[in-house]
Amino acid sequence: MIFRKVGVPFAAMILFLIAWEVLVWANGWPNYRMASPSDLIPAYERYWPLFLEMGWQTLWRTVVGLLLAVIVGTGIGLVMGISRTLRDGLYPLLVGFNAIPKATVVPIVALMFVGAHDFNTVLIAFMISFFPIAVSVSIGLSTLEPEYRDILRALGASQATIFWKIALPKTLPEFFGALKVAVTLAFIGTNLMEIVSPHGRGLGALFDSGKTNSDYPLMFAVLLALAALGILLYYVVVALEKTFAGWAERPSG
Amino acid sequence: MTHLIDIAGVRHAYTTAEGPLPVLDGLEMQVPKGGFTAVVGPSGCGKSTLTRLVAGLMRPDEGTVQLHGEKVTGPRATVGMAFQNPVLLEWRTILKNVMLPLEIVSSKMSRAAQEDRARHLLKLVGLEGFEDKRPSELSGGMRQRASLCRSLVHKPEVLILDEPFGALDAFTREDLWQTLLDLKSQEPFTGVLITHDLRESIFLADQVIVMSARPARTQYVMDIPRSGPRTLDDLYTPEAAERLNILRHQIEVAQGRAPAEPAEPRIDPEPTERAVPETLP
Ligand SMILES: Nc1ncnc2c1ncn2[C@@H]1O[C@H](COP(=O)(O)OP(=O)(O)OP(=O)(O)O)[C@@H](O)[C@H]1O
Ligand SMILES: [Mg+2]
Repeated sequence: MIFRKVGVPFAAMILFLIAWEVLVWANGWPNYRMASPSDLIPAYERYWPLFLEMGWQTLWRTVVGLLLAVIVGTGIGLVMGISRTLRDGLYPLLVGFNAIPKATVVPIVALMFVGAHDFNTVLIAFMISFFPIAVSVSIGLSTLEPEYRDILRALGASQATIFWKIALPKTLPEFFGALKVAVTLAFIGTNLMEIVSPHGRGLGALFDSGKTNSDYPLMFAVLLALAALGILLYYVVVALEKTFAGWAERPSG
Repeated sequence: MTHLIDIAGVRHAYTTAEGPLPVLDGLEMQVPKGGFTAVVGPSGCGKSTLTRLVAGLMRPDEGTVQLHGEKVTGPRATVGMAFQNPVLLEWRTILKNVMLPLEIVSSKMSRAAQEDRARHLLKLVGLEGFEDKRPSELSGGMRQRASLCRSLVHKPEVLILDEPFGALDAFTREDLWQTLLDLKSQEPFTGVLITHDLRESIFLADQVIVMSARPARTQYVMDIPRSGPRTLDDLYTPEAAERLNILRHQIEVAQGRAPAEPAEPRIDPEPTERAVPETLP
């Protein structure tokens, strides 16, 4: 069990790194074309304190953006799930908003709130990640089979009771599914802002400085660190899902 | 005498995109206290609509639905419902599922008492030992048993069953008929059973109502005198065969597949007066 849960993913990662190393070595690529994992070790050694500091910056801003996305996304999803009229009204707005490439929003936000670097980053992380949450919550609520409502409604239960006892728990699996998507999106948002905005902080800024200094291994090292953070946060969501929506998991053979 | 459930002159139409859809038109139904009425009729004729009216989930456009001689204006805690889909909550154990209505209508009851009540019912239907399982770990028949327990846990006066056994195989279904009769002897209730199975209707009910096609009226009422314990063998007597024949014919009439005439005096022009087939003892 432990082997399958931990051993297999680790083995897959190590195989991936070996394949990467071999690919670069076999093709004889110089590290400005493609750095290999062995090139990255010195980069990490040299910039270790920077990685910790910037990684933390990126992580907390992503998490705050994500929390905002959960709160606002759930709120919007609730409203759309409960009222048909509001759903019809809000959907085109939401889709339109989501269709705007966030790379174009980044400079606008950076100009709107000049200097408020943390705020801007959190804002972009939020903007890019609330959409799937809103949609999943609204779909979860609006597709609730009428019988589920009726068993409580027939007893005279209030709308609030029906929501807490049935609608909310029933929506949790969809919610966590969306949250897993939102996690990666939020990282993209944070890094967009960190890379684009001047005097940035976070791993995005570290990537940018690697670029300006032509320190290619550093750039690759940042990408790997981002992937590691993404995996970390993803598994936090998985753990939350197990705790709160573990019932939705069917025992598999 | 006043009946526990009294439906008179009910008309109802749904509002749809294509305009009003008349579903019920002249529905009559009386169920005495402790009675058990089965309702049969063509698919889509408005049987579930009837249950929603009795449960107070909807109000009719015209006519009255009364419980205890009192007009039904909204949901009331004295009603229990179960459907073809057992709608158990996957995140709750079987025991907690059964306790759900108590959390709503008897919130003052202590948790221990709620639990005792739920365990008692689960034992009655043969689900002892499954209290802590999740619904997904149970078979369809067991889930439907749990659903029956949930619909009865708050001791409702009226139990509404909307094709509760429709999705089960024949053997499980017959098992559950017996379970339902056992429950009824232990936990007195007045029942309304919607079904597509004529054998089920004559086995369980003391009154069978045939609804016409949409917009549905009460087309035919059959009374079935009950005495003594029932067994499945009762379904294979000449009397039962006769009843099934009559009902099958009535359904064909409702579906428009047979003329109304050969069923002669058994078709009831005045639904309040029952036409009891005189060929039966
Ligand atoms: N909420 C609703 N809005 C509009 N039309 C509805 C609604 N509910 C039911 N209907 C329609 O009303 C008619 C009667 O529905 P109902 O569910 O009462 O039939 P039924 O006799 O229970 O059918 P079945 O035997 O298939 O269970 C159907 O044609 C159905 O499409
Ligand atoms: Mg129905």
